[in-house]
Amino acid sequence: MLGMNKKDTALMIVVAILALGAPILLNPFPTESAMAQFNAGYPDLMQRFAIFGIFAIGFNILFGLTGYLSFGHAAFLGVGSYSVVWMYKLLDYNVIWGLPLAIATAGIFALLIGFISLRRSGIYFSILTLAFAQMSFNLAYSVLTPITNGETGLQVYTEDPQVLLGANEANAPHLFGLVMNQSSKLSMGGWEFTFNNGYYFCAVILMLMFYLAIRIFRSPFGMMLRAIKSNNTRMAYTGLNPRPYALAAFVISGMYAGLAGGLMAAMDPLAGAERMQWTASGEVVLMTILGGTGTLIGPVLGAGFIKYFENIFSKINDNILHGWFSFLPDGLEDFVVFIIHPFIGKGWHLTLGILFMLVVIFLPGGLVEGGQRIKKLITSKKDDDSNTAKTEPAE
Amino acid sequence: MDAIILQILNGLDKGSAYALIALGLTLIFGTLGVVNFAHGALFMIGAFCAVTLSKILSISFETIDPTQQDFLGNPLVVKTPYVHAWFGPEFGASLIDWAVPLSILFSIPIMIGIGFIMERGLIKHFYKREHADQILVTFGLAIVLQELVKYFFGANPIPTGAPDALTGAFDFGVFLGFDANTVIYPYWRLVYFFFSALVIGGVFAFLQFTTFGMVVRAGMADRETVGLLGINIDRRFTIMFGIAAAVAGLAGVMYAPINSPNYHMGMDFLVLSFVVVVVGGMGSLPGAVAAGFLLGVLESFASMNEVKSLLPGIDQIIIYLVAIIILLTRPRGLMGRKGVMEE
Amino acid sequence: MGILEVKDVGKRFGGLQALSDVNLSVKENTVHAIIGPNGAGKSTLLNCLVGKLIPDTGSVMFDGQSVLGRKPYEINQMGISRVFQTPEIFADLSVMENMMIPCFAKRDGSFRMHAIENMHNEKDIVEKAEAMLEDMNMADKKEMHAASMSRGDKRRLEIGMCLAQEPRLLLLDEPTAGMARADTNNTIDLLKQIADERDITIAIIEHDMHVVFSLANRITVLAQGTPLVEDDPENIRGNPKVREAYLGETA
Repeated sequence: MLGMNKKDTALMIVVAILALGAPILLNPFPTESAMAQFNAGYPDLMQRFAIFGIFAIGFNILFGLTGYLSFGHAAFLGVGSYSVVWMYKLLDYNVIWGLPLAIATAGIFALLIGFISLRRSGIYFSILTLAFAQMSFNLAYSVLTPITNGETGLQVYTEDPQVLLGANEANAPHLFGLVMNQSSKLSMGGWEFTFNNGYYFCAVILMLMFYLAIRIFRSPFGMMLRAIKSNNTRMAYTGLNPRPYALAAFVISGMYAGLAGGLMAAMDPLAGAERMQWTASGEVVLMTILGGTGTLIGPVLGAGFIKYFENIFSKINDNILHGWFSFLPDGLEDFVVFIIHPFIGKGWHLTLGILFMLVVIFLPGGLVEGGQRIKKLITSKKDDDSNTAKTEPAE
Repeated sequence: MDAIILQILNGLDKGSAYALIALGLTLIFGTLGVVNFAHGALFMIGAFCAVTLSKILSISFETIDPTQQDFLGNPLVVKTPYVHAWFGPEFGASLIDWAVPLSILFSIPIMIGIGFIMERGLIKHFYKREHADQILVTFGLAIVLQELVKYFFGANPIPTGAPDALTGAFDFGVFLGFDANTVIYPYWRLVYFFFSALVIGGVFAFLQFTTFGMVVRAGMADRETVGLLGINIDRRFTIMFGIAAAVAGLAGVMYAPINSPNYHMGMDFLVLSFVVVVVGGMGSLPGAVAAGFLLGVLESFASMNEVKSLLPGIDQIIIYLVAIIILLTRPRGLMGRKGVMEE
Repeated sequence: MGILEVKDVGKRFGGLQALSDVNLSVKENTVHAIIGPNGAGKSTLLNCLVGKLIPDTGSVMFDGQSVLGRKPYEINQMGISRVFQTPEIFADLSVMENMMIPCFAKRDGSFRMHAIENMHNEKDIVEKAEAMLEDMNMADKKEMHAASMSRGDKRRLEIGMCLAQEPRLLLLDEPTAGMARADTNNTIDLLKQIADERDITIAIIEHDMHVVFSLANRITVLAQGTPLVEDDPENIRGNPKVREAYLGETA
């Protein structure tokens, strides 16, 4: 279907169901129940799932396929956000102007940075991208203040031209009148589901971007990118010039990042320089690795996983912990809470760091590999069972 | 002229820190072939060694002095640090005052220990893995170390003073024959610079004049051959990792009075130190030192008002700009060896 | 006039004169072996032919065009393919993908951005790759991970990948180094078959005299960076100079 084989079509359908059904699927617990804190069906959280999913899918096209580890992709994220907010300021709040511009400017930036950085490989490439991203970040904070509004961050003011702004037009980001921050709620029994326009906008784009990634992975171009990662020498001695291939991958992944940054500004009409900091680049690396580098679904899983647990872990506090462990004797309860305490709330980053190390050490293939291992374990057990079943009658 | 000297001096202390961290980074890379993103965290831990020692030294017990009263008329509670009670008030006070330099002794065994644990417990398993994996696992470790420090010491910077005797400033201008108060330079920064020079000199002398160092240098140049000679190079490299950790730690200890230590100072320095290593040439010790000072001084020149008005924003990007230019024109850095990390 | 003409090539590394006054002419549709003791400059010469090294002096002409100063991928596109001493294949890819890549390189040149269509829908490429795998007797290994193959299979795959590009000149760098006797003989048979059946010129650098005399119909002996003799295999066998060069090494 749509130029995909059966397996990819199945994967695409799963992603579509997850994306479209998220407001229901992520809210499995009734609002009043104690478990409601584990729900994730809030618009802003779901938006982050989709946006970081797009960011990670794009990053994976570069890192997963070619093996070039960029530490500077946050720069493109920031460029995308600034582009969209500028379109709000100059034209109007319709996101249709800003998003294509976000993709285009991020693409141009990626072309420039990639052209220079790809003259080197390995660690040198990583350092070059890092240097460019830090330069952009520092400039956005200082001399480029007229464009970026420095530390305050770029936002829309009433005196901005907004030349296309109609009389009845919404005063918030929208797509031809479909206002992003509006939601409709559905109450069913103890459950409440929120269907947010902005989320669905992101989800549809996520699906499109995922589909595009499938096509790239299965194309001759995708195979060439994997060939670069596998053996650059053979590549050159097969008459292929690795550099334009890698550059194309870099630009494509930069455009994905620009789109993700643009969507951030489409959900919340703000753009700040901190989005360009190298720790933000580190985050997308993390998502990709955690999910499974070089796999299609991995980056989406990784992005969802990290954003979900970031949200949950940050919300848990000692009182909640005491609630959970109240069945334990007092001294033990305090001790358990004491042990867990550093990892929750503001300690989320500690948990994340440990998780990250564990994944790199024990599960280099990420969640996808973990899933495959479990599947293998189950199927091999089944095989054993059937083997013994077959041999028994013979005896 | 005096302005230029002032900028050079201002660049020296930052340059010293860059040089010390980069020296360890490049040492680890040259010996073990590992790209260590957790090296900045070692610098940060060093700084917090100083914080810890000065806190330990000021642990006090409370006594009630009936002869004095506080403003509410209650008997005054007097806090006396234990060290005052044990060593006498005078010696005790100077112990607290000199906490930061004392931390040098305190931090060396700790840093070497941390280095050993890191190498044996984690890095060892990554020798054969890709550089990307090494970067990622040490990056994860850096996050963990940084968050642990944040958990125990809080997110705010902790001011840690230099000894009173060294807190003043030195009028360098008068020394050179300029007018008074043109080139003022804090004593502690001067101390930092000389201390760094001493540590760098120590590391170089160690590598140059001891048999141990000779083997390590030979191993850096050609690991396989040295291995074939039946020399256990791995154990020596482990020790070098400990030494590199100690160098970064010492850089951090002495930096504490210059910038109040906070949990993310390691990451801030790490990125720049990596740039320094690459500019100097991966695996080149003199390159790391030279590039460290060069970039430190360049950064301080770029922040002069005259330069900034000519090229706005240059102070923010100068280091990265230099790094990009050097990487593109001299891919091996200023003093890099051939074939290091080249595919 | 040969298909490959090497004239007065010299190359110096610091104090070492690795090659000097190398003249060599490889005639079309021959198997030309370049032999010589260790350190004679065989590998240096080969690297000068494929663009990895640029000689200090002299010229290297392929089919009337100079290869000097061109990048390895450009020289490859001119029609020179190289087989390495240790097989260089795309270890992370499947055998079929390994074979498809040179087919794409032949059809589309050094770069083409076709990022949307599915690679398995490129009928001509798939057919060609499958036929080549058939020729190499590895059609049954199509879906295998290239890294998990035996060394002999990797060697055959690499040769097949080079042939898929339909090169006019195939360069082989000690293709049987480190192989067991049986694998060596298989490789000799394969190369013989290629030389007989295809319109191709082969230049081979080799240490193993068994391989050289089984395959070559022209031999150049290289010693200390310069050609000693160039002759037919029968004459090389009895040549005292050649014996001296080799015995000198072993003595």
